[in-house]
Order: sequence, then structure tokens, then C-alpha cells
Amino acid sequence: MTQAAAAGSGNAVTYREAVRAAIRDALQRLPQAFLMGEDVGRYGGCYAVSKGLLDEFGPERIRDTPLSEAGFVGAGIGAAMGGLRPIVEVMTVNFSMLCLDQILNSAATIRHMSGGQFSVPLVIRMATGAGRQLAAQHSHSLENWYAHIPGLRVLAPATLEDARGMLWTALHEPDPVLIFENVMLYNMTGALPENAGAVEIDRAAVRRPGRDVTLVTYGGSLWKTLSAAEQLAGLGIEAEVIDLRSLRPLDDATVMASVQRTRRAVIVDEGWRTGSLAGEVAARIMEQCFWSLDAPVGRVCTAEVPIPYPKHLEDAALPQPHRIVAAARAAVGR
Amino acid sequence: MTAAAKTHLVRSHILALVKAMLRIRRFEEKCAELYTQEKIRGFLHLYIGEEAIAVGVNQALAPTDAIVSTYREHGHALARGIKMGPLMAEMFGKQEGCSRGRGGSMHVFDAPTRFYGGNAIVGGGLPIAVGLALADKMRGRANATVCFFGEGAVAEGEFHESMNLAALWQLPVLFVCENNLYAMGTALAISESETDIHRKAESYRMASTAVDGMDVVAVESAARGALETIRKGDGPAFLECRTYRFRAHSMFDAQLYRPKAEVEEWKKRCPIERLEKWAIEAGILHEADLAPLETEVAREVQEAVAFAEAGSWEPVADLLRDVQTPRAVP
Repeated sequence: MTQAAAAGSGNAVTYREAVRAAIRDALQRLPQAFLMGEDVGRYGGCYAVSKGLLDEFGPERIRDTPLSEAGFVGAGIGAAMGGLRPIVEVMTVNFSMLCLDQILNSAATIRHMSGGQFSVPLVIRMATGAGRQLAAQHSHSLENWYAHIPGLRVLAPATLEDARGMLWTALHEPDPVLIFENVMLYNMTGALPENAGAVEIDRAAVRRPGRDVTLVTYGGSLWKTLSAAEQLAGLGIEAEVIDLRSLRPLDDATVMASVQRTRRAVIVDEGWRTGSLAGEVAARIMEQCFWSLDAPVGRVCTAEVPIPYPKHLEDAALPQPHRIVAAARAAVGR
Repeated sequence: MTAAAKTHLVRSHILALVKAMLRIRRFEEKCAELYTQEKIRGFLHLYIGEEAIAVGVNQALAPTDAIVSTYREHGHALARGIKMGPLMAEMFGKQEGCSRGRGGSMHVFDAPTRFYGGNAIVGGGLPIAVGLALADKMRGRANATVCFFGEGAVAEGEFHESMNLAALWQLPVLFVCENNLYAMGTALAISESETDIHRKAESYRMASTAVDGMDVVAVESAARGALETIRKGDGPAFLECRTYRFRAHSMFDAQLYRPKAEVEEWKKRCPIERLEKWAIEAGILHEADLAPLETEVAREVQEAVAFAEAGSWEPVADLLRDVQTPRAVP
């Protein structure tokens, strides 16, 4: 996969390298920052994101942990309150169920329960998403569960710029931030400017302008949606593609401004349809743009099945460009 | 035991110990009363009977040390120095409370004394204590973190993960297990394969002792000894304090799971009466010393209730406050 929208001059890098550069930059510039998680050091990270960083920063700051998600995520909360800036890596979102207690009951609540006395400036990175035939315990997209929780910020970098730039901004948030990296993006290659750096994390981005239908998506689905938009253009349908970037809080303004113009919307979301982020976005469009709509809001989500192992079934379960094209055509009526 | 770990049984210190325990006892008795009057709502977990642990451990703490506690934390909070007025106001849910009323009985927080809650998920505070200690160690600060929890937490995965991390990384944490024999209504014997809890910590290769949790002097000595090794950089330590809660688990508990005779038997070991009796027999205190203490404490409790009563309700307009840190959106 290549990133079509990459900026002009710059080095060809992978998404993985962009995340690594972000971590390196953070550790170089913030003495209180450190990375901790399972196999982040000697192994180099389950997805090789932190490869080489142990040699550069040593075992105190590239800290291998035992298989203790609740233990080390909770330790990240304590360390954050103790004045450090931990970057905690949870190998995949499925494993984060083992530390959900710490994220939900402590990280997200301590500021509130303490009446604003303590904040938890913790960054947690997790891999998410399907497509590598890793079956039903390593492939799910549960970021929407976290987007449900007040007290958290939830980010989904879909581009190289965001992979490189969101971490720095997240590390300067006073409250917990979760960053979801879709596993299908790690090998994505594109040009990243030499001086690429921090990006804002409040706004959704229009990744392709169009006038006929708004396609709202995030993370790994962005590239499938852009591919669908390309196919739609061949059919004479100009789709506008919005990358949410921040799943909590949602940038309603950017979405609604687009839908007001196109009068049609389809949400593409790798989560299961029931109780999905797509459902939330659709509801907001209904609340804020009902009188502008010319068609029901459509959704392209993952089929309601634990992700199967065989390639053909995994593909069939996930949002794919042809399903996005079909949903967009249904919205437009041609 | 080294000289520094010794507890000096001089009159002023004994008086201070009695008073500190009495403050917790009388505060909580008042809380129970206020609960029946519906001034305090929600869950209310009383510490009565276990005062020697909070008071004993706190004697060994420095102001820069951190504390992580549980939902049964009024004793820890008072012993740590959180003022009784704001603590009572918190129980009322008033905005003058130490957590601005948002936490209530189970979620007492106080930044000036480094009191990090009030965690009502059993076992949930332990990883946080590990992290606070990690921060101190990585930043080269000589502080310790004390983590209180009940024996029920020992069955949780978070307990074992935290023991391992603290020992593996040699972190300055004092784990204080308040073993009151019942996890809510489940007796230790029917929930643990190994009921000698301090041995579990030993298996993680940390210094571990069991102590009579009804004896404030014994707890203080043990805590001083443990903190001395922790401050030397010898890694975490574990203190199992064997104790008993005289009251129900919470205000909704009919106590069907334990015989009344057992409760009465433990009440004979009341840590306050025990210290008073010993000190009088040893000629350190006199009967006449006790009444003024009671009077002082009663006045303080009365003032705390008045402070809470006079407190105000946070305006509903502020409902969403303190969910996230206010931040200017560009």
C-alpha cells in the first residue's frame, strides 16, 4: 500500500518507522518520557515498532514488562501521576481487555473522583484491526469501546503524518490518550517530510473533497474508503472522504459541514455494526443534519462474527471497497 | 531491628497514638449515625477495629511519601493528616469535601498529603502504587509509596502482577495487607489455598512479615523496619497486619457469615483499649489522661460535622467539570 496523499519531497518511510521516529523524538526531547510494554525492548516490539530503541535509550526507558497488562498499565497510571510521561504499548486491543479495569476505573476516573486534584497524563498505544489472518483473539477493532468512556481521548492515526505527529501532541495532554494503530498500516510506505512533527489532534480531516456524498471513516479503513472514492469517481460520483482522526472527542463540525453540502453520508467502520462508532456518527448526523439529508445515512461495518481465520472469510467480514461503493451508490441513488 | 526502626514508648508518643486511633473511631461512629440520618449515602465501609494499622504505619511515613488506599480508607486519610472537616464534607458530597464531593466515602483524594485514593476496585490500587514508586525511583527521589489493601485483594490477578513488578524492578513500595479475615462475607479459609498471606509475598522474593494488627506499637515497629529497608533501596516490602473489622462490611450487611461470638471475642482485643490499658499499667498514662482526649476528639468531630453541614452543593451547571483538564481548543 502506498500513501497517495504524501507531501512532495521527503524520505520514503513506513508507518512503522514513522511511529518509531515519533517515539525516538519524544524520548530525546522529554527526559520524563519512557516506553514500556511486552517485548518492546529486546524483541523490538511485536510489530517491530520499537526495534533499535533499546540500544539507543537503554532498558530503563525502553522497559520490557512481564505479561501483566493490568500491572503495567496501572503502573503507567501511577508513573504518570508521579511526574513521568509513560508511553505504554499494549500489544493488541484484544489484550487490553486484561487492563480494561485500569483504563476505565482508574485512568479515566481519577481526575474526576479526585475533584481535579490529580491528572493522568498517560499515553497508551495499541495495535488494532484485522486483515492478517490472526483469527478471533488478535483481530478486533474495539476502539469504539474506549471512545465510549468520558475522561479518555482516543486517536486513530491513519496517515504517516499522523503516525509521526500525534504522539508528541498526546504526550502534552494532561489526561489519558489512547492511540490505535491499525495493523494493516504498519507496512504502508510513503514520503514524509524531513521536518515532519507534531500535529493537532482535535480536528477531523477532509482527505478527498467531493460534492455528492460524504464518506466518514478512520484508521485502516481510510485507504479502502479512498480506493472506493476513486472507483466512484469513475462512475461520475464525487465522494468527500473524512478521516475522523480523533474518535473521542468527535469533531462534529467538520462532519456536519460536509454533510450539509453533500446531503448524503455513509460511515465506514471496522468495528461491528451493533453499538458501533458508525452508529454514533450516524445518530449525530441525524440530530444535527436531519433536514439537510436526501437519503438515509448508510453504514459499512464488520459483519457480526468473531474474525475468522481463512482469508476469504476474513475479507468477507471486513469493510471492503466494493461494499463502500455499493453503499455510496445506494445513498446517491445511481 | 536497628535503632531507627525502634518505636519510642514515651508518654507523648503513646498519647499521640491513642488520640490518632480515637479520632478514627469517633469519626466513624459519627459517620454511622449520620448514615442512618441519610446525611451520608451510598456505600459506607467502616474501619472500626482496624485503627492500629493506619495509625501505626503512618508513624513511619515522611510527608513526601505517597499513599494508595481502598474504599475503607477513612482511617488512612485521618492518620495521614487529611483534615476531618473536608473529609466529613466529602462524605456528605459537598463541594468543600477533600475530593470536592465527587468521590464520597470510597474515593478520598488529597494532593497535599500525596493521598492517591480511595480505590474501590479490589486490587485496583496496587498497580498504581507500583507506578508511583517507579516514578520516584526513575526520578531519583527517596520517597516510598504505601499501598493498603485487604486480604480479599490477594486473590486478584492485579495483586500478583504488582508483587512481581515491584520485586522485579526493586521499587520502593510498602504493601500493607489488612487481613481482617473476610472479603466482604467470604472467609479467608474458603477463598485462599494459602491462608498465610505474607508467604505469598515471600515467594516474590520480597521482605515480608506478619504482625498483630491490633497492636499499634507492633505495627509501627514493623512499618519502621520495612520502610528502612525500602529507603535503603532494597526493594519493596510486605506487611500482613492481622486484624478484624468490628462492624459490618458496609451498612447493608446483615453479617450472616460470621458468628456473633467471634466478633465479641475480637472486640476484646480492641487496639485502643489495649494500648490505654497497657500504658496505664506501665505507669506511662493515667486514667485521668483519657477524658481530655475524648473531649478534644469529640469537639473535633462536632466541628467536622458542622463544617460539612455548612458546606454547599456544587451547582448542576458544573456537572461536566473535572472529566478532562480544561483545554483551549485552537
